[in-house]
Amino acid sequence: MTERTIHALGEAYRRGDTTPTAVTEAYLARIEKFDGHVGAYLTVTREPALRAAAAADARHRARAPLGPLDGVPIALKDVLCTKGIRTTCGSKILESFVPPYDATVVARLAAAGAVVLGKTNMDEFAMGSSTEHSAFKPTRNPWDLARVPGGSSGGSAVAVAAHLAAGAFGTDTGGSIRQPAAFCGTVGLKPTYGRVSRYGLVAFASSLDQIGPFAKNVRDAALLLQAIAGHDPHDATSVAAPVPDYAAALDGRVHGLRAGIPREYFAEGVDPEIARAVRAAIETLRGLGVATEEVSLPTTGYALAAYYLIAPAEASSNLARYDGVKYGLRVPGGKDLIEMSSRTRAAGFGAEVKRRVMLGTYALSAGYSEAYYGRAQKVRTLVRRDFETAFARVDLLLAPTTPNVAFKHGEKEDPLAMYLNDALTIPVNLAGLPGLSVRCGFTAAGLPIGLQLIGKPFDEATLLRVADAYERATTWLAREPALP
Amino acid sequence: MSTLTKTGWDVVIGLEVHAQLLTRSKMFCGCPTAFGARPNSQTCPVCQGMPGVLPVVNRRAIEFGIKTALAFTCRINPACRFARKHYYYPDMPKNFQISQYEEPLAEDGALEIDVDGASRAIGIQRLHLEEDVGKLLHEGTLETAQASLVDYNRSGVPLMETVSRPDLRSPEEAAAYLRAFRAVLVYLGVCDGNMEEGSLRCDANVSLRPRGATELGTKVEIKNMNSFRNVKLALEFEVKRQRQALAAGERIVQETRLWDADRGYTRAMRSKEYAHDYRYFPEPDLVPLEIERAWVDAIRAALPELPRQRRERFVRQYGLPPYDAGVLTQSRALAEYYEAAVREFRQPKIVSNWIMSELLRELPGDDERAIERAPVPPANLAGLLRLIEDGTISGKIAKDVFQKMVGSGEDARTIVAREGLTQVADEGALAAVIDQVLAQNPKAVEDYKGGKTAAKGALVGQVMKATRGKANPAIVNRLLEEKLSKI
Repeated sequence: MTERTIHALGEAYRRGDTTPTAVTEAYLARIEKFDGHVGAYLTVTREPALRAAAAADARHRARAPLGPLDGVPIALKDVLCTKGIRTTCGSKILESFVPPYDATVVARLAAAGAVVLGKTNMDEFAMGSSTEHSAFKPTRNPWDLARVPGGSSGGSAVAVAAHLAAGAFGTDTGGSIRQPAAFCGTVGLKPTYGRVSRYGLVAFASSLDQIGPFAKNVRDAALLLQAIAGHDPHDATSVAAPVPDYAAALDGRVHGLRAGIPREYFAEGVDPEIARAVRAAIETLRGLGVATEEVSLPTTGYALAAYYLIAPAEASSNLARYDGVKYGLRVPGGKDLIEMSSRTRAAGFGAEVKRRVMLGTYALSAGYSEAYYGRAQKVRTLVRRDFETAFARVDLLLAPTTPNVAFKHGEKEDPLAMYLNDALTIPVNLAGLPGLSVRCGFTAAGLPIGLQLIGKPFDEATLLRVADAYERATTWLAREPALP
Repeated sequence: MSTLTKTGWDVVIGLEVHAQLLTRSKMFCGCPTAFGARPNSQTCPVCQGMPGVLPVVNRRAIEFGIKTALAFTCRINPACRFARKHYYYPDMPKNFQISQYEEPLAEDGALEIDVDGASRAIGIQRLHLEEDVGKLLHEGTLETAQASLVDYNRSGVPLMETVSRPDLRSPEEAAAYLRAFRAVLVYLGVCDGNMEEGSLRCDANVSLRPRGATELGTKVEIKNMNSFRNVKLALEFEVKRQRQALAAGERIVQETRLWDADRGYTRAMRSKEYAHDYRYFPEPDLVPLEIERAWVDAIRAALPELPRQRRERFVRQYGLPPYDAGVLTQSRALAEYYEAAVREFRQPKIVSNWIMSELLRELPGDDERAIERAPVPPANLAGLLRLIEDGTISGKIAKDVFQKMVGSGEDARTIVAREGLTQVADEGALAAVIDQVLAQNPKAVEDYKGGKTAAKGALVGQVMKATRGKANPAIVNRLLEEKLSKI
């Protein structure tokens, strides 16, 4: 039952084959059984989930469901504020934080009838690419428990890959949806910056963060995005552009589309197995009538450095509020307020968070701000222009999602080695574009490989259309991870 | 040094004024802004700086900013942007303040002030918007407190910061600037101008330089001056302090000093009390604000009459001396009081005299609320003046009646009727009193006849005394002269 797609669940509910409560119970049972192995969840919200499911049962019985997500069990990254349910961001400093309000996305999902199974594990404050930097526990990749699921939304990726949720939501600041989606073989979609409200998303880097879905297939991703997309008066950076019908875009009509293949995304450092799988996927799409041409994004190599100034700079500001005064952890005993805050932050933040706060503080400090933060912003403009130039010629870009597949726990202890993992996803965030990762094969060792589709601003529909056509033309989804 | 002692020092002062805007809701959320509510009762996740919240700009606050900038003849920038200003202090929930830095709402304006009868334009460098912080309540002093409480009601209230150029040359000029500034804000209805409640706050940059020099000296920032009086006192103290230091050959240290109103001096803040590096960067949660030309034009077209214009009109329309016009237009409420009274009693100068000598003795002319709620409303003042005009009461009695009106809130006629204060204008009755007074004061009569005309005044006084002030002075004077001439 837990292997069904959201689309299939909707059909089953309509036919009366099963009920939201039955499916929710099946998921809760599976979480009970397997989550100890993979560690996808930080909090399982059993009782509220069953209550929500019962309400969905009634609506389905009355043949008046709220929509395709009514009664669908989902998981939320623990960075999305949930009223009355603790929201930790994977950090000790927010271990006891219970938000008094729902994120806009959470409210929209509730309004769509979705059943929240719980909150998923993540790298602390979404800083990381392996979900090893959670203050509470690491999450494991269901395809190989010795390996990481990617990050920072590792818990959500695993929840979907291991069928511990029908769909899940994560956040992507530099690849935190697409990279774990690639490592776990799910579909992961980072929408255009401004497509989805960030209100209630605990900020890491405000100009880069975006919420998006993990799904078992592309169709489900379209349904999940549909529920959360659109302008929100609470988020001044959310955009009022009309939201198309994403499911309607999945018509298989890709003939005549032009796809660019960015040369720089196949450069040295990309695992040959990945390059091969992605090139094969491109061939498949050509077979479906997609025209391809090589394009160049010459500033790709500078994006990582710019990102590691901009994102930490914004993070150092966003995380300043965790001072022990208002909520979360407080370490008492200081001789004054400033010392109380210092002690609280010293005890409450993990090493990676401290590293980035220091990086960001430095990048913004007087005398250095122009040289670091200022220049990084200029690079960001250049990166954006690269994409604009490419998109003057093509409708979308096709590339690997990651330079390597899932690595082993503890393998990348050097922060720089970890940062390099996001080299192919970060430029998309800097440019604010939509990006989608879809499974496009496996390594000889049986680890999933992700194909990244990058689109024009607010053109998620084209990414979904092409990814859906690809998925239907291939059989990669047939393979499932084997849990103990 | 010798030339300096000879030539002395020029004082250079610039003011940074923070004004709380009279919007109903806060700068970046929908919480109310009313003063004095129960602690933390006017807060929400946004102004408490909860994880995940985002700011949304209050359009009304921007409108108020534009309005003020136009009144100061500033250039409204077609695009402006908010920035984050960072420092750690628990009254600021996010530990950064959303303010404006490189791209303020408006720049390059001026405010005319009058000092010693001369008028001078003081440059305004910039005007920008930001959010206010909350308030910390300590048990005891900051140094000894075992616990502190935070009230976030004020957190997020819209603040408008206006920075003057260093054009002010004395504490008096600074005070004049602040008064003129405040009057403009109050006329515009964007701020209540109450310094004691903190809706208007002023910091000053003070430096001295050798007389005639063009280069600025080292500046010291003065904070915590919470009344007009304190601004003047603090600046006078600081100027004196710097002058003495320079005279002693010391160097002025660039620092922030707090005015201690109780002790009457400024003291240097501990460096821990203020940040050295605010690490400004553009607020990523807000998009740059584009200010449409049409909006600015509409706001400009709807600007009310400003203090200076009103003062000039009072001189023109009512024939008032400029001094009177200046006093009467210092606050919008007072000017409105005056005009309402003049509408009911059309002798502008008399109304002005009564307001300046009597009303303003009771109420501070720059306290809008006090004037609005004056116990003697304009119609009642006009009523009192009519009683003088028609001879019902004398001017002297009228002053007593005014005092009673202040005390009871009643109108003049009621008081006069109840207390039997109606002026005696009956010539027969007055003649009898005068005869009596003349009989009882032969010495004064003799003096008068001997050429001491001043003696007549004493006799008038006696008549007034005998009638308990109710005699009509004009009739008394005439009758007295007639009788004296016959003696």
